[in-house]
Amino acid sequence: MTAELSSLTAESIQKELLGFLGERIKTDVEPDQDLFSSGLVSSMFAMQLVVHLEEAYDIAIVGPDLKFDNFRTVETMTSLVLRLRDASGPADDA
Amino acid sequence: MAEKPTIVKCLVWDLDNTVWDGTLLEDSDVELFPGIRDVIVELDSRGVLHSVASKNDHDMAWQQLEKLGLAEYFVHPQISWGPKSDAVKEIAERLNFAQTTIAFIDDLPTERAEVTFHAPEVRCYAAEQATELTELPEFSPEVVTVDATRRREMYQAGFRRDAEKESFKGPDEDFLRTLDLVMEIKRADEVDLSRVEELTLRTSQMNATGVHYSDEALRGLLADPDHEVLTVTLTDRFGPHGAVGVLLLRYHQNVWNLKLLATSCRVVTFGAGAVILNWLIDQAAKAGVDLAADFRPTDRNRMMDIAYRFAGFTNDPADNLAELDPPAGEGVQRLHLAPTPKNAPNTMQLIAPGLAADLSRRTDGAARG
Repeated sequence: MTAELSSLTAESIQKELLGFLGERIKTDVEPDQDLFSSGLVSSMFAMQLVVHLEEAYDIAIVGPDLKFDNFRTVETMTSLVLRLRDASGPADDA
Repeated sequence: MAEKPTIVKCLVWDLDNTVWDGTLLEDSDVELFPGIRDVIVELDSRGVLHSVASKNDHDMAWQQLEKLGLAEYFVHPQISWGPKSDAVKEIAERLNFAQTTIAFIDDLPTERAEVTFHAPEVRCYAAEQATELTELPEFSPEVVTVDATRRREMYQAGFRRDAEKESFKGPDEDFLRTLDLVMEIKRADEVDLSRVEELTLRTSQMNATGVHYSDEALRGLLADPDHEVLTVTLTDRFGPHGAVGVLLLRYHQNVWNLKLLATSCRVVTFGAGAVILNWLIDQAAKAGVDLAADFRPTDRNRMMDIAYRFAGFTNDPADNLAELDPPAGEGVQRLHLAPTPKNAPNTMQLIAPGLAADLSRRTDGAARG
């Protein structure tokens, strides 16, 4: 699942997340759609999202990064993933 | 003092020449060994689950268990011609139990050896030991709580729930609404606390705030007007989930301090943590106070951390936290939230005391008297 980490781009993350969401909430979403105000996902699902992002992209989302706003849309989640990937430096597990 | 043995949470039975006297394929009228029914019923009442690993024709063996009036006691029975170690591992996996908490009983030494070889942590017993099992310490939990006696019932309700969830096509929240969930938050009494003790004992099932309060400490606070000890139960149309949570709250002038919030893992998927927090935030908003939640990150309470953050709790400094007692224990953070009114949950019915109203009645009374 984490095999393609080195070639991560905003585009590939978005695509994967849209697929994951579509499968889980059984409806198609747009990258800039507010998932929470639309009532599509619950706070409970938000937790599953956190765990999914961490496992799929080998990142740790802790403390202040765990705020709602970072998970509102596929776009905000994508930038969160990219920021945390950059912060953790180049992957040493080739 | 000898180390206490790990309590067996599920006992897996062989059938031929262990539960009943004979081989079902040769004698379709086999009878139970004397005393077996008593052992099964007694362990069940202690909260030990039963399952089956038998090399037999599935339908025939299950019909025989039904005929003997025992079928209802067995969860996830594995009746097939495959290796028993596979059956035992499958049962552990389905129940989400560690293999160290599984026991296996069979009359054949070769079957016990096969299980031991592939699942060395599973404890094996010979069939002739069956009637002595209830005397053994590993089958004798120290505390048998209200919930333990109903554990099988709760697991079986869980299986039916899971089966329906799998066949449900739609968002999780819509599915939750079909369950007719009712959460009750109530001020605890002694009996309620003994049910929560069950939660505390089964620590592997817990998402706690990482701050431990002993049963004794909680009991001591039951009558304290500055503290609220609250327990949470959940039921749905499949049956009870039992006691699923406990809260300890300390009132201050301008802040309520949530010192403990623990929920059972069983109810994480129902969003129970978020519903409890939402209710508390709404009550604090009604009372016009801030909330401070004590939290110590551990490797087991990640879900609770996320629940707090998503509810809006932060590490940002706040002036009114100064009036609080120092946090109980090392590494305990104090998360802060300025509450705003919240809507009632849309996935379940919530029955809960009006903390804000009760408190204001109390202060009015005190001012007059």
